[in-house]
Amino acid sequence: MSLIGAKVLRKEDPNLITGQGQYVDDLAPAGCAFMAMVRSTEPHARIVAVDTSAARSMDGVLAVWTSADIAGLPARPSSLPGMDMPLIAGDAARFVGDIVAVVVATDRYTAADAAEAVIVDYEPLPAVASLAQALAADAPMIHPVLQGNTVFFQDYTEDLSAEFAAAPRTASLSLVNNRCAPVPIEPNVVLADWGPAGLTVWAAFQAPHHLRNTIAAFFGISQDTTRVIAPDVGGGFGAKINFASEIFLAAALSRALSRPVKYTQTRSECMVAMFHGRAQEHKVDVAFDDSGKILALKVQVTQDQGAYPDATGMGLPVLTTAMSAGCYKIPKVAVSWRNVVTNTTPVAAYRGAGRPEASYMIERVIDLVADETGVDPIEVRKTNFIPADGFPYQTHSPLAVYDSGNFAGALDELLRHVDYPALKAEQAARLADPNAKLLGIGFSSWLEIAGFGPPGSLEAFGHLASWESAQVRVQPDGSAIIYTGASPHGQGTVTTFAQIAADQLGIDFERISVRHGDTAVIPQGIGTMGSRAVAVGGEGVKTASTRVFERAKKIAAHLLEATEDDIVVENEEFHVRGTPSKSVPWSQVAWKSFQPLELPAGMEPGSLDATVFQQVPNFSFPSGAYCCVVEIDRETGEVEIRNMYLVDDCGTVINPMLVEGQVHGGVAQGIAQALYEHMQYDESGVPRTATLMDYLVPAAPDLPGYVSGRTVTLNPSNTLGAKGVGESGSVGAPPAVINAVVDALSHLGVKHIDMPATPQKIWSILRGSK
Amino acid sequence: MGMIPARFDYRQAGSVAEALQLLASCDDAKLLAGGHSLVPLMKMRLVSPSTLIDISGIAELQGVTDAGSVLRVGALTRHRVVERSQVVAQHVPLLAHVAGLVGDPQVRNRGTIGGSLVHGDPAADLPSVALATGATMVVTGSGGERRIAASDFFVDFLETAVGPDEILTAIEFPKRTGAGFGYEKFVRRSMDYAIVGVAVQAGEQPGIALVNMGSVPRRADAASRALASGAGVDAVAALAADGTNPPEDLNANADYRRHLASVLTKRALLAAGYR
Repeated sequence: MSLIGAKVLRKEDPNLITGQGQYVDDLAPAGCAFMAMVRSTEPHARIVAVDTSAARSMDGVLAVWTSADIAGLPARPSSLPGMDMPLIAGDAARFVGDIVAVVVATDRYTAADAAEAVIVDYEPLPAVASLAQALAADAPMIHPVLQGNTVFFQDYTEDLSAEFAAAPRTASLSLVNNRCAPVPIEPNVVLADWGPAGLTVWAAFQAPHHLRNTIAAFFGISQDTTRVIAPDVGGGFGAKINFASEIFLAAALSRALSRPVKYTQTRSECMVAMFHGRAQEHKVDVAFDDSGKILALKVQVTQDQGAYPDATGMGLPVLTTAMSAGCYKIPKVAVSWRNVVTNTTPVAAYRGAGRPEASYMIERVIDLVADETGVDPIEVRKTNFIPADGFPYQTHSPLAVYDSGNFAGALDELLRHVDYPALKAEQAARLADPNAKLLGIGFSSWLEIAGFGPPGSLEAFGHLASWESAQVRVQPDGSAIIYTGASPHGQGTVTTFAQIAADQLGIDFERISVRHGDTAVIPQGIGTMGSRAVAVGGEGVKTASTRVFERAKKIAAHLLEATEDDIVVENEEFHVRGTPSKSVPWSQVAWKSFQPLELPAGMEPGSLDATVFQQVPNFSFPSGAYCCVVEIDRETGEVEIRNMYLVDDCGTVINPMLVEGQVHGGVAQGIAQALYEHMQYDESGVPRTATLMDYLVPAAPDLPGYVSGRTVTLNPSNTLGAKGVGESGSVGAPPAVINAVVDALSHLGVKHIDMPATPQKIWSILRGSK
Repeated sequence: MGMIPARFDYRQAGSVAEALQLLASCDDAKLLAGGHSLVPLMKMRLVSPSTLIDISGIAELQGVTDAGSVLRVGALTRHRVVERSQVVAQHVPLLAHVAGLVGDPQVRNRGTIGGSLVHGDPAADLPSVALATGATMVVTGSGGERRIAASDFFVDFLETAVGPDEILTAIEFPKRTGAGFGYEKFVRRSMDYAIVGVAVQAGEQPGIALVNMGSVPRRADAASRALASGAGVDAVAALAADGTNPPEDLNANADYRRHLASVLTKRALLAAGYR
C-alpha cells in the first residue's frame, strides 16, 4: 500500500513534544562563553566614540569588540557593494538595532551587564523612516554612493498608454503591503567553536550548506575543515536564510578567544535585528471593459530595503512583478520597480517573499474591477482566468512560465463549500438592520511561484546551485537512512521523505530514518526555502530510492536464480512474481549486498547506496481559491473572521496532515498580516512595535476554524507531481480577508483599506459615514 | 535588550512582620508576589531593585474569608483561586468574572490580586472591580493596619497610596450578593491588556469604573452618579468618558477610546440588567 497521501504521524514529534529536541541554545560545550550585543538606539547617527573601558574591566568579561577589532574581516555576506552592512557599525549606525559593539563574557548575565556598560557617543544624523521620506527631494542620504536613496530602478517594461487610452474603463489603486516581522519562536541562535582542527558552527539556519560555503569564503578557510550544523530549528519563515552578522561575529570571537562562543538573541533584539519582510508600496493602473474583462495592467512596486540592501531582499520586487498577473490572462502587463533604502531594519525573505505581495495586489484589483463594473467578483475571476487547457502559459515575465493549473476548478470546488447566495442574502438583511453586524464576503484566487529548483533560480540569490541532494543508504540489516540537503525547520521533512522512500524501496516506514542539517554527514545540499523541499528534495529521495531498489532487485534475482524483471517486493520480501514461496527477505538482500561472494557479476559491494543531485526543469506553481467571511461590529469597528474556506492545489499530497498544518500556519500568518501585524516606525525612525506587546502576533483564540478542500493538478516538473505548500496560506489569505472587509464596507463607498484593517481604522470610516 | 535583569539580592519573608522588617532594612527593595508585573519590567531593565523580598510564601495573606458584610481577600490570593472561588462567585460575582479574564491561564495561576492592585496599572482589569464595588484596601506597616478606600488608592501612573515601607495585605469587597454586574473588555488580541474596559456593579450603591482611560484606574464619576439617580442606559453611557484624559497609542487615539468607553458602558449596563 502506498504511503503517498497517507496521514502518517510525524516521526519528529515524540522527541519534540517531550522536550527532548535539541536546539542550538540547548548546547553548552565545556568552556563556552557568551556573546551579547550593543545595538544602536539611534535610527541614523555618526558614531563619535565607543567607550568600552568600564565593560572591559568587569569580572568575567573576555572581550569587547568595536568596529576597529574586525578591520580585517569583510562586510556581512549578501551585502551590496558600497552599501555594505558591516558586522559592527563603524562610522555610522543606520537603524535601531545596528550592532555597535560586541561583548563576550563567561556567562550570559555578565555579558548582558557588560553590554549595558558600553557607552556610545552618537551624533544624530537626519534619518529617513519611510519610503515617502526616502524619496522626497533633498532627502537625507544613507549611502553616499547612491546619490539619493534609490538602489535600483526598473522603468515600466512596456508603454501601455495606447491600451489605456483605448480602454472603455480604467481605474487605479494605491496599496501598502505592510512591513512584517517574521517572529519565529526560536530567534537567531549561534554557537561557534574554532579549534585547531577547524571551525564548527551550530546555527538556527534553513540552509546549512549555504552557510558553510559562505563562512569558509568569508574567513578564507577551506570547506573541508568548516562544519555547519543546524540541529532542531524552531521556525524560520525565510528569515533564517539571511546571513545574520552574529553568526560571523561568534566565529571570529571563538577564533580570537580559543573557546566556544554562543549567542542567543533575545526577543527584543529579534524584533529589530532579524530581517523584516513585505514593506512594499504599489501603484496599480488597470484597463478593462464593462464585462470585467481586464485589458491591460500597469504595476509599479516600491520596495523598502531597510538600511542595508540585502542581495536576496533586492529580488523581492522581481518576484512580485513576475507574478503580478496572478491567475489571469491579461493581454498587456507592464511592470516597474524600485528598491529604496530607509533607516530601518533590512528587509528580505519572509514566508512567500514577494508573492503574497503580488497576489494581494492582483486580487484587490479584481475586486476593484468588480466594484467598478457591478459584475460579481466571482464572474470577474472566471472571465479572466487562464483556462485549464491553457498551459504551459508564458506570462509577461521571462521568469514565470506557468506549467499547470485549474483556477476555475479550484473556485468551483470552493463554491461547493460556500453557500454564496445565502451569504449574499444574509449580507443584505444585516445591512438593513442597524443593530446587526455588517457581513463581508471576500475571495482570492491565488497563485504563487515556488519549488525553487530550475538551474539558475537560486544561483541568482548567491547559492551554489538549485538542485537538491539526496542520498539513500541501505544498512546491512535492511533498514535505510535518507540523507537530505533540504534541512527542515519544522516542515515534517523527516516524515514525508521517509514516506516517499518507503514507497520506492519497499522497506517499512518505521525502519527508515532521515538525517539532515549537518554538513559533515551530508556533504552537499542547498536548503529549505521557497516551498522547494518536497518538489525538489523529495523528488531527489524518490530518484535515489528508485536507483537503490533497482540494484536490490538485481541482487534478489541473483539469490533467487530468477530474472530481474520478475522480481517484486511485498512486506519486505522479494519474490518471483506469481510464486510467493520463492522469496528472500529485504534484510538478506541488504546483508548480502556487502558480501562480494553473494553478488551478481559486475556488482560492487555496498551498492545499495545512491546519491543524486536532483534537478528540475521549472519552478512549481501552487494555487488555490480561498473565501473569507467577516463580521464587522458597527460600533467598535472590530473585524471578526466568521469563516475561512480554503481550497489548495499543491499537486500530489504526500501527507495530508502536514499539508493541512502548513496551510493553517500560512493562513494564520496571512490573517495576521491582514488584521494584526504591522512593524511601524515613528517619523524619526524609532520602531514603535519592537515588542510582542505592541507587535500583534495573533494567538490561537483569535483565529477561526478552517474548512478545507482540495483540487489536484499535478506538477509536470517532477515525477511526484508535488508542487510545494509551505507558503501558500500566506499568499492566499491576506487578499481574501481584505476583500471581505472592503465588501462589508462597500455600501459606504469604500474601495480599499490598507492592511492591517484595525478596529480604529474601520471605526474612523464608519464614523465618517454618519 | 530584554530578557536578562540586572543583578539583585533575593530574600524570602515567612511572615508579614518579617517582610516589613526586610523592607525597612533594605534600600531600594521590591516585594515579589506573583512577579507578573515586576519581573517583565526587571527583564527590560526598566526597574532594577537591589533586593527582591519574596512574600509569596506568606500563608496568612492567602485565601478568601467571609467576614460578614464583606469578603476579605488576602493580597496573595492568585487570580485562579479568585476566579474559581464559590464564595466570591456568590457574593462578589463581578470579581470572580473579571479574575477569569486576567491574562491567560498561566498568568492567572501565578499572578496575585494584591500584586495587580498595588502595581496600579491603569490598563489592568482588577482595579476597576475594586472601584466599581467600592472595595477597601487593607495596608499594613510598622504602625499596624490602615484602611484605604479604593477611590483613594490609585494615586498616579503605577503609583498607589501604599507607602514604601508598607504592604497591601488584604482587600475587603462589600458583598453584592444577587446584584447584577457587567464587564466589557475591548482587546485587539485575546489575552491582551484591555484597550478600554468597563466594569459595572449594579445594586444599592451602583458603580461604573474604567480601564485604560487615563493615567490611573478610575471610576466613571458622572456616569456612576447618573446611574444612581436612575438615568437610562443611553444617558449613562453617554457620560462614561466624562472628565477622562485617555492615553493615545497605536491601537487607539483618545477619541476612539472615549467612544469605546461609551459603547462598552452601555453593553456592560445591559449585561448588569439595566435597560
